[in-house]
Amino acid sequence: MSNFHNESRKILVCCGTGCLANGSYQVYEKFKKILHNNPNITIEPSIKTTGCNGLCEKGPVVKILPDQISYFKVSVDDVDQIVDETIVQGKIIDRLLYFDTNSKKRIRDHNDASFYKHQHKIALRNTGEIDPLHIEDYLERDGYKALKKVLFEMTPKDVISEIEKSNLRGRGGAGFPTGIKWRTCSNFDDFPKYVVCNGDEGDPGAFMDRSILEGDPNTIIEGMIICGYAIKSNKGFLYIRDEYELARKNMQVAIDNARKFGFLGQNILGSSFDFDLEIIRGGGAFVCGESSALMASIEGHVGEPRAKYIRSVERGLWNKPTVLNNVETWANIPPIIINGSEWFKSIGSEGNSGTKVFSLVGKVKNTGLVEIPMGTKLNELIFQIGGGLIKDRPFKAVQTGGPSGGCIPKEHLDIALDFESLNSIGSMMGSGGVIVMDDTTCMVELARYYMEFLAGESCGKCTTCREGINTMLQILKNITAGKGQLDDIDLLLQLGETIKEGSLCALGKTAPNPVLTTIKYFKDEYIDHIVNKKCSAGVCKNLTTYYIESDLCIGCGICSKKCPVDAISGILKEPHLINQDICIKCGDCFIACPSGAIKIGGANYEY
Amino acid sequence: MAKNKDNDNSSTISIIKKYPMEQRYTLPILQDIQNEYGFIPRDAMVLISDYLLLPISNVYSMATFYKALSLKPKGKYTIKICDGTACHIRGSQSIKEEIEKMLNIQSGETTEDGLFSIETVNCLGACALAPVMMINGKYYGSLTKEKVKVIINKFKEGEIDE
Repeated sequence: MSNFHNESRKILVCCGTGCLANGSYQVYEKFKKILHNNPNITIEPSIKTTGCNGLCEKGPVVKILPDQISYFKVSVDDVDQIVDETIVQGKIIDRLLYFDTNSKKRIRDHNDASFYKHQHKIALRNTGEIDPLHIEDYLERDGYKALKKVLFEMTPKDVISEIEKSNLRGRGGAGFPTGIKWRTCSNFDDFPKYVVCNGDEGDPGAFMDRSILEGDPNTIIEGMIICGYAIKSNKGFLYIRDEYELARKNMQVAIDNARKFGFLGQNILGSSFDFDLEIIRGGGAFVCGESSALMASIEGHVGEPRAKYIRSVERGLWNKPTVLNNVETWANIPPIIINGSEWFKSIGSEGNSGTKVFSLVGKVKNTGLVEIPMGTKLNELIFQIGGGLIKDRPFKAVQTGGPSGGCIPKEHLDIALDFESLNSIGSMMGSGGVIVMDDTTCMVELARYYMEFLAGESCGKCTTCREGINTMLQILKNITAGKGQLDDIDLLLQLGETIKEGSLCALGKTAPNPVLTTIKYFKDEYIDHIVNKKCSAGVCKNLTTYYIESDLCIGCGICSKKCPVDAISGILKEPHLINQDICIKCGDCFIACPSGAIKIGGANYEY
Repeated sequence: MAKNKDNDNSSTISIIKKYPMEQRYTLPILQDIQNEYGFIPRDAMVLISDYLLLPISNVYSMATFYKALSLKPKGKYTIKICDGTACHIRGSQSIKEEIEKMLNIQSGETTEDGLFSIETVNCLGACALAPVMMINGKYYGSLTKEKVKVIINKFKEGEIDE
């Protein structure tokens, strides 16, 4: 770094939702203020806010280019030091570098960290690298190059064949081939046609769509215009979830900018093709992530799905041919057009081209967004990229596919992450939420949780879904309260099959999955709850007691200090005791105990 | 969020008139009304149905179907506690119980002084920071019972006001 002073640098401050919650905007403002007033700086660095870097837990993230220095957990108080040492003198501040949990080393360039090293970014290629509010940043990274290629070098038929050949499959969950969808829609001569972006991301545990919407809105716009050209549509809608305020704001700015630059509106770039976009703010209903419910919502109805004897590519929005794709799918379109279908097919596995973005969350060390080639093994995702489980607790299960998906046990950790493999073990890809669970998660309670979620979100149209989910929920509530009977397990299985068969849309058809997979892989836990009245995870309070194993207790007194109701007594350096009449079973002592002396017993535990 | 002091419905009418007379604007109109008053007043539903030439049952079904809309007034601060899966397995239940205890209301209710409402929501999309809550649009992440106490007390004492 000899010529350090003579280089112009960029400081990128992540302002995705995760980093904003940790105060990244204040960090950005402080940089702006002090950089401008620092007499030691000869060439003032440009400072930019960017979208999400993926590793939200370690935010706010600050990147310095071209030196490729990434600082994590930066607070307002660190800004002075970063400017004085790194910007002025070129010195690296060790304590702010990423600590790699696998190699136990601090790493200067985040791309070398195990969390990022195995990633392959296509849909997220710009997210975290550009300022989403400046279209120029997008243009610098080949933005709207695909649109120009399409408009001036390709016919609509060429575009569709290219997408078809790429084998791109919908990233919203079902994995339907995008090219076939476009081709079918293009075959209908019924105008006007519509292009829709499904940004009603509702699966708990998934937030990749929000990150792309917030961090790289232009790629979605570009993908949608290309589709409009291919199927001869002039109007598109972006249905964005009610809770995603920043995503709607950034998208609106991007649409306005795209209009200014002539990418949207009439006679795009002089090609005589017209296309425009409109944002629809979602109403906060999970079922609206289902395509026909989403379209009903845009039309101004309640979001109830319809039977799909006729698909929406023929009669969708206002009964006109409509192509609806998920946010991540749209983000893949421009790179496929620029680099070609062969390039895309070379990534991923057979029949599952390209990459998938996963949101890796739960009891895992590195939580955040991860984009990896399709077909990557699940254990690679959790242990290499995710760094393993928090506090190295035992791995119990991983849940994929949101409320429609299933729980995958330890024996299937080597499964490949692609559409077919996940389906084959009773789970599904869904939108890409991967929720890691350790021994403190109760699988029966988790099944109850999902049923409660789905009971609240069922639109109520189909009886099997409306009544069936509620009945399953009641049974699971009984089991977790200690009132379960052995017949309940069969009853749950029967109800599950009926709901799958008798419901119209994917919400109902997949609703029993969390229960069915937990019974399939964790039946012992159900039986433990029903027969032994014991919840070994310590989650179901009626079936849990905490007790201290006196041989293991070192008498440190940490547990009694943590206890919110003073239920633990004992003399220092001697075994302590929990008073069961006072204990509220919060589990704070269990987590706090340094010697593992606090154990979980069932409801009938004898002292 | 203002209370409904709109006796002559003039602000409701001016919201409605911003939109063309098409059914597809029912949801955005209702969302704007919800923003203005903190709930959907009966009068507003009548006016929307007149303007868009829709049966009032239609407007009512929209107002009760979508979670972003509410027929009951919400508090000045709406606390949305995330109970998405990632938050759930990282202890959102105990966060919820702590807030309910502090404010002496259950989720879905509003305090008597009209200051706080608690809502349990399914996923706020900030799973890496679990457990998470959102108060009037601002995120608070990596919550513990202790952290929640400090945040809620700040709102109670008027130290945070947005």
